[in-house]
Amino acid sequence: MADVAADNAVVESERRARRAMLAEFWHYFSENRGALIGLAVICLLVLAALAAPLIAPHGPNDQFRDAILLPPAWTDAGRAAFPLGTDPVGRDILSRLVYGARFSLFIGVVVVVIALTGGILIGLVAGFFRGWVDTVIMRIMDVILAFPSLLLALVLVAVLGPGLLNAMIAIALVLQPHFVRLTRAAVMTEIGKDYVVSARVAGAGPIRLMLKTILPNCLAPLIVQATLSFSNAILDAAALGFLGMGAQPPTPEWGTMLAEAREFILRAWWVVTFPGLAILITVLAINLVGDGLRDALDPKLKRS
Amino acid sequence: MLRFLLGRVLVLVPTFIGVSVIAFSFIRLLPGDPVMLMSGERVMSPERHAQIMHALGYDRPLVVQYLDYLGGILTGDLGQSIVTKRPVLQEFFTLFPATLELSICAILIAVLVGIPAGVIAGVKRGSWFDQIVMGIALVGYSMPIFWWGLLLIILFSGVLGWTPVSGRISLLYYFPQVTGFMLIDSLISGQAGAFRSALSHLVLPAIVLATIPLAVIARQTRSAMLEVLGEDYVRTARAKGLSPFRVVSVHALRNALIPVITTIGLQTGVLLAGAILTESIFSWPGIGKWMVDSVFRRDYPVIQGGLLVIAGIIMLVNLTVDLLYGLINPRIRHL
Repeated sequence: MADVAADNAVVESERRARRAMLAEFWHYFSENRGALIGLAVICLLVLAALAAPLIAPHGPNDQFRDAILLPPAWTDAGRAAFPLGTDPVGRDILSRLVYGARFSLFIGVVVVVIALTGGILIGLVAGFFRGWVDTVIMRIMDVILAFPSLLLALVLVAVLGPGLLNAMIAIALVLQPHFVRLTRAAVMTEIGKDYVVSARVAGAGPIRLMLKTILPNCLAPLIVQATLSFSNAILDAAALGFLGMGAQPPTPEWGTMLAEAREFILRAWWVVTFPGLAILITVLAINLVGDGLRDALDPKLKRS
Repeated sequence: MLRFLLGRVLVLVPTFIGVSVIAFSFIRLLPGDPVMLMSGERVMSPERHAQIMHALGYDRPLVVQYLDYLGGILTGDLGQSIVTKRPVLQEFFTLFPATLELSICAILIAVLVGIPAGVIAGVKRGSWFDQIVMGIALVGYSMPIFWWGLLLIILFSGVLGWTPVSGRISLLYYFPQVTGFMLIDSLISGQAGAFRSALSHLVLPAIVLATIPLAVIARQTRSAMLEVLGEDYVRTARAKGLSPFRVVSVHALRNALIPVITTIGLQTGVLLAGAILTESIFSWPGIGKWMVDSVFRRDYPVIQGGLLVIAGIIMLVNLTVDLLYGLINPRIRHL
């Protein structure tokens, strides 16, 4: 009986400690005005992506033959039905942008999940086992990092075939070494500490040591890197789409929209301006949150 | 110092071999064989196919082919472009000056604007100047530069008509390429208006390419500055009664710039990746556009060779930065 009560007490105190950590984190994060604005913008974008059919005035691929290259509604030639104007084949730009938010956020999430899981696993193995395993892994990562990421992604997509899925795989692959390096470095600093040694002495196996004992203490830099990669993934995917190697038309992906609009830049500024603005705002919001996370999670800066 | 240098160079060897393996094996990952890829749509008899496979050495074991390829790299032979039939390395050297000129101008803009902005922002921490500079830097850091380039074209070429849309110089001018740098060659030629034309072609792409490095350098300089300004020796310098300008420019800046130099070196990869987009937008005849065009033309020897040379450049620059860092900061030599 007494054991159960003691166990419960331990669980309860752990829960309280975790809540206190979250509260402390939020305290520091919420002091950063930029980070809060970024977070709000991301929430709006997620809402827009989820509720796209409700928000968008038209379907993303609906063509209006009587409304080709119509300027935004606030200009003289604009129409209220098309708030941000229409593109060269008469599609509503606002609707395409709203649906496009789904693609950008989806790309970011998928790329980060692939790169993060792969990077953490490989980094854990490298940092935990050291020796030749570590050397081989790190040399391979060096090789990937020797290429400009966009160039490697471009060539990979050329090999795999143009398309959104292949673009996401390629981007995840080129972003992954950063996670491997961070995880490995963190594991190497943690592994000699007393709590790891005591877990080892208590009989924890390598898998438990890696995933349950060490990993939770390496998360702070990984979270910051994940937000950075999130924005990088969106930028790179848009760049690939812009070069014609990412999502293929008529997908309302923002970079692909820019590529389609390129030849009209001197005639119709709105077809170029708004998709790029959407990319910029999204990436900016994510980077703001990333800066906030870094400041809130970095114990070195907390004292200042 | 010699051990440090040798160690850094030796580490590069396995990396470069890895890079060459990637460049080599990449063409093997494609469906079909190289000869089928080269022949394209044309029909080819099995005998002719086998003959070409043999003539080009594609029927030998992969390891032999790789060693042969590696031997070629070491003697400067990267194969021939399928499209132009010219040696890949020769094409690279004709186009590289254009990218180099653009990159140098971009990094100059980034350093000349970024470092002073970062220093002032760091010294006047929390002021309106600091907030504005850091706000702009964050926007620049998040900028999709292909869109930024299009916007500048709309404004400066479309609305204002100040700059041309593409290329390196107006077709009106022709002069021998002495250095390969249009700005210098146009001056040497002495033709009236040639330099102006070269400059007006260069300015927008250079600004676009400079955007991200500029933002990164400004942010990095500011945070390095903040760190250094809190150090004891800065306080001592202030206590000695030195003027604030001297404290910042002599005592603080010199130490703050150490990490910034590394940051500048690390921008090479960013610049070369940016060159892919910038050169595509402005039809700038450099290696970025060359790579994109080759990807679309499926010119595999060029893609292979380009990957290899570009990775080689980045590795060399990173090595130089490492060595420079060891030179200005002796503490890390022994690591």
